[in-house]
Amino acid sequence: MSTRRIEVNSIARLEGEGSLKVRIEDGMLRTVQLNIFEPPRLFEALLRGRHFQEVPDITARICGICPIAYQMSSVLALESALGVDVAPELHDLRRLIYCGEWIESHVLHIAMLHLPDFFGVPDGLSLAEAHPEIVQNALRLKAAGNQLLRVLGGREIHPVNVCVGGFYKVPPRSAFDPLRDELAWGLDTARELLTFASSLDFPVFTNDWELLALQPATEYPFNGGPLATSTGLHFSVEEYDQHLMEFQVPHSTALHSRRRTAENAAPLQLGPLARLRLNHDRLTPQARQAADAAGVRPDENNPFRSLLARAVEVVFACEEALRILDDYRMPKVPRATVTPRTGEGFGASEAPRGTCHHHYGVDENGLITSARIVPPTAVNQTAIESDLHRYLSQNLDADDETLRHGCERVIRNYDPCISCSVHFLELDIQRG
Amino acid sequence: MTPTRPRLAVFKLASCDGCQLTLLDCEAELLTLSQHIEIAYFPEASSRKLEGPYDLALVEGSVCTAADQVRIQELRAASRHLVTIGACATAGGIQALRNFGNSAHWPALVYPSPEYLDTLPQSTPIADHVAVDFELRGCPVDKTQLLEVINAFLNQRAPSVPNHSVCIDCKRAGRVCVMVAKGTPCLGPVTHTGCGAICPGFDRGCYGCFGPKAPPTSSLVRPLAALGQPADATRRLYRSFNAWAPDFRRESEALEDE
Repeated sequence: MSTRRIEVNSIARLEGEGSLKVRIEDGMLRTVQLNIFEPPRLFEALLRGRHFQEVPDITARICGICPIAYQMSSVLALESALGVDVAPELHDLRRLIYCGEWIESHVLHIAMLHLPDFFGVPDGLSLAEAHPEIVQNALRLKAAGNQLLRVLGGREIHPVNVCVGGFYKVPPRSAFDPLRDELAWGLDTARELLTFASSLDFPVFTNDWELLALQPATEYPFNGGPLATSTGLHFSVEEYDQHLMEFQVPHSTALHSRRRTAENAAPLQLGPLARLRLNHDRLTPQARQAADAAGVRPDENNPFRSLLARAVEVVFACEEALRILDDYRMPKVPRATVTPRTGEGFGASEAPRGTCHHHYGVDENGLITSARIVPPTAVNQTAIESDLHRYLSQNLDADDETLRHGCERVIRNYDPCISCSVHFLELDIQRG
Repeated sequence: MTPTRPRLAVFKLASCDGCQLTLLDCEAELLTLSQHIEIAYFPEASSRKLEGPYDLALVEGSVCTAADQVRIQELRAASRHLVTIGACATAGGIQALRNFGNSAHWPALVYPSPEYLDTLPQSTPIADHVAVDFELRGCPVDKTQLLEVINAFLNQRAPSVPNHSVCIDCKRAGRVCVMVAKGTPCLGPVTHTGCGAICPGFDRGCYGCFGPKAPPTSSLVRPLAALGQPADATRRLYRSFNAWAPDFRRESEALEDE
């Protein structure tokens, strides 16, 4: 028997650390293991005994790229546990700060991490030598997202202004003045970025996994549900555990997830393609028009084209941020009053890489008694491994270097945030 | 651009990636920076990974696994200057809350099969393992301070990073003190500068994310108690992202004994 092993020991251009091990025996693909070796930081344990108002500051530290996602899911879950209603104008401000995070995170991924694959260069800085305008504009667009986070959150990484009930302080309308022109420029630039990206040469590849995303009544999703899947399932954020379960595999410090009822069901896929499928009709007018013009369909099933879905969402985030700013009147109170009580609550929001689900218990003094956090990359692991399986099966004759590069691309399609998945990535292809 | 640009490496141990993201967040300065230094190893940003030796290594994250204990030694051996960036690398991070004991059961609270994990009982800063040339504080680090540190090492001079308290920044900004005027507990008087005193600017108390200022100032335990803050709340205030930094640790442990 001959064995061929392909290893990627630390996959580049990901947030966090992971590796991949592939084993091919007698020309047959035997195993594909995405290893996440990000050291466990045990957030769900260290949150116990903390006061509910400390939670958004702590969960932000799960991920420096998408702290807002962790802050939002936790405040939604805690507000549900504590019976707090948040005023509509504060809901809009939460959408606004999330727009900043999507712009910053999506543009980082598109321009600095993902696009280099399409040009055969190692990084965004090398891409800047060949396409200076694309990269310079992207960096300015990303800076606009960060500026939004600074104005409303205090700083771009681990913002300090989000709390259970709303915000510590709401800015006056004038604080946003410098942002309006930059976001208007950003909206045009995001459309150009989408047009540019739509002309890329995407590998021919499809999958048919079960897509899952939040699907609010009228808006393109950020905060709150209900949830929907591409197979027609609809359920509330509270019913999450009735439909999905987590399980552990030895090769990963990130727990996997699957549908509870169907052991052999297709893997779950979260993120921009899932959101687009389930919420295309909720896109803002210019975003929908830009998607149509770029040929991005709601039923995109090529994970490489997730780059385009991200670009559509950047157009959306700029347009939505401008809408919220146009309507903005400084709320009379920055947050709802919150009184501690015993309770249990669930919350979910759309991190740039997919639905982020939180569940907490609180005691009568407002201290956390239990915490469970399901990060999107953890859920996407099975879909990533399944895509890798499909990609490798279709390309077994290729040499190791081609396979290694191809596998890294398949993984990057998911913009995996391995620090987030609490639990990182190594490619080891064994073949014979 | 010359062929002898100094070589920069960025490494990550247990962390959230936020501090290395600060380097990518230098949007306007990033392209200029790359003309003066060669980014030899920065896996989050580039698939080009060059072997050492490196002139400057920036290390994010704390040591939590046996594998990382080995990695940090290799990294030190390959690096002329080694700078820790952020609260995890400098003080052990939020994950160092496990260091305070009674945490043996924690892995089982998170994982159905904790035996699959390779994790050390404590999360420790880099300086506990190897010699560190400069420790940059913050959760996350501040962009301006980070650029100053890189600039200093490129020019072979000591970094000029101020070490006064957040409280001073707040006074300079002319803000009304949240502790005096509103009775809001605030770690500003004992916390290292760098954030721009953003929390008091947003009507909340400083929660110490830049860690203790050096040299340490007098304890805040009594003034906080005088505000009516219960001891366990003060203990939690000291026990967050820099909980294992000696000055903060001493305060929170003293409150435990009470």
